[in-house]
Amino acid sequence: MTGAVWDVVLLSLKVGLAAILVTLPVAFGLAWLLARGRFRGKVLLDGLVHLPLVLPPVVTGWLLLLAFAPAGPVGRVLNDLMGVSVLFRWTGAAIAAGVMALPLMVRAIRLSLESVDRRLEQAARTLGASPARTFRTITLPLSLPGILAGSVLGFARALGEFGATITFVSNIPGETRTLPLAIYTALQVPGAEDAVFRLALIAIALSLGALILSELIARRAGRGLHVL
Amino acid sequence: MSFDVDVVLQRGEARIAARFSTPPGITVLFGPSGVGKSSILGMVAGLLRPDAGHIRVGGRTLFGDDRDLPPERRRAGYVFQDARLFPHMRVDANLRFGMRDGHQEWDDIVDLLGVRPLLSRWPRSLSGGEAKRVAIGRAILSGAEFLLMDEPLSSLDGARAEEIMGLVERIGGQRGLPILYVTHDRQEARRLATSIVEISRAN
Repeated sequence: MTGAVWDVVLLSLKVGLAAILVTLPVAFGLAWLLARGRFRGKVLLDGLVHLPLVLPPVVTGWLLLLAFAPAGPVGRVLNDLMGVSVLFRWTGAAIAAGVMALPLMVRAIRLSLESVDRRLEQAARTLGASPARTFRTITLPLSLPGILAGSVLGFARALGEFGATITFVSNIPGETRTLPLAIYTALQVPGAEDAVFRLALIAIALSLGALILSELIARRAGRGLHVL
Repeated sequence: MSFDVDVVLQRGEARIAARFSTPPGITVLFGPSGVGKSSILGMVAGLLRPDAGHIRVGGRTLFGDDRDLPPERRRAGYVFQDARLFPHMRVDANLRFGMRDGHQEWDDIVDLLGVRPLLSRWPRSLSGGEAKRVAIGRAILSGAEFLLMDEPLSSLDGARAEEIMGLVERIGGQRGLPILYVTHDRQEARRLATSIVEISRAN
């Protein structure tokens, strides 16, 4: 692998990892609300969460741009409080990737929370466990495989993010030019077929690896979930 | 007096009502399936909230008089019909789940229930009778002040059922734990009960 390709892969991994780490708590909170909450507007929240899945990614990127622009609602807060901007930065790429990965992660985590047998939680309560301890010792360990599988899936999705990223933070070498953007760029250059081929192979390998890992985790969980 | 229960609960079309106060020993709730016996256990354990009434066990008010203790503070040892062992913990960890520090009775109870050979096993590898014994042990070891048992003999064959019945008698007799015991089997009720509360379908 040449230095340039290696840099692209490292940047992509960094962006993907940051995206997942930031999104995971949000995804978990949303999944919890959707799995356990009873409130008005649940259908609407469900719809909003899934929006990035069906919306043209360019629209998602444009909305992020509006929000994070210096005069935008989020951008102004970030600038006032911390004096930072995520525009044209790898952090912005991570945010775009995280938003696009959110629906997949929420789905996986929600399913795993719903598959936790509530009767086991009741049993824990009668044995003297507070709601917090019940969550820590019963709910979380039993849903952990789903959370992990969802995170790996989200990571794979984040690695592949293109439309929202290029709209939101542009295509800057070494900063926001992740794997898909590098492939797109190489395609614009005559005679760069070799580079495209190499980058595409890496993308396939990473994506397939992540999908298989996610599936293996989920299957393993299936075995552990037998309840007498 | 051990169980002093007076509860009303409307669940959809069905109205569950029970009033009894029984002396120490084994109180058997007896009646056909579907009349709400398990719901009554759920209310005593704090998993279901009665619409009105009171629940007192051994003189302690669990519900009523402006009080509604959460399940974890009721000190009920609930042996569920389906055992409900935690699938991600070995038998040993299941038994210790509700234990407060240094339960002196660990050895006594583990031997009484004959679960010592099972300690390192996973719940999914246990037979129905073994799982039931572990569930009973887990309930007692949680420092329970009384036991709630929901059809503990269901899904067990004759010999296993006999074995568990003997255990229940010993726990109620020797250890003096008040037991609220649900069954639809008349013979079982007659054999175990200190007092029988018959729950029937209102017309």
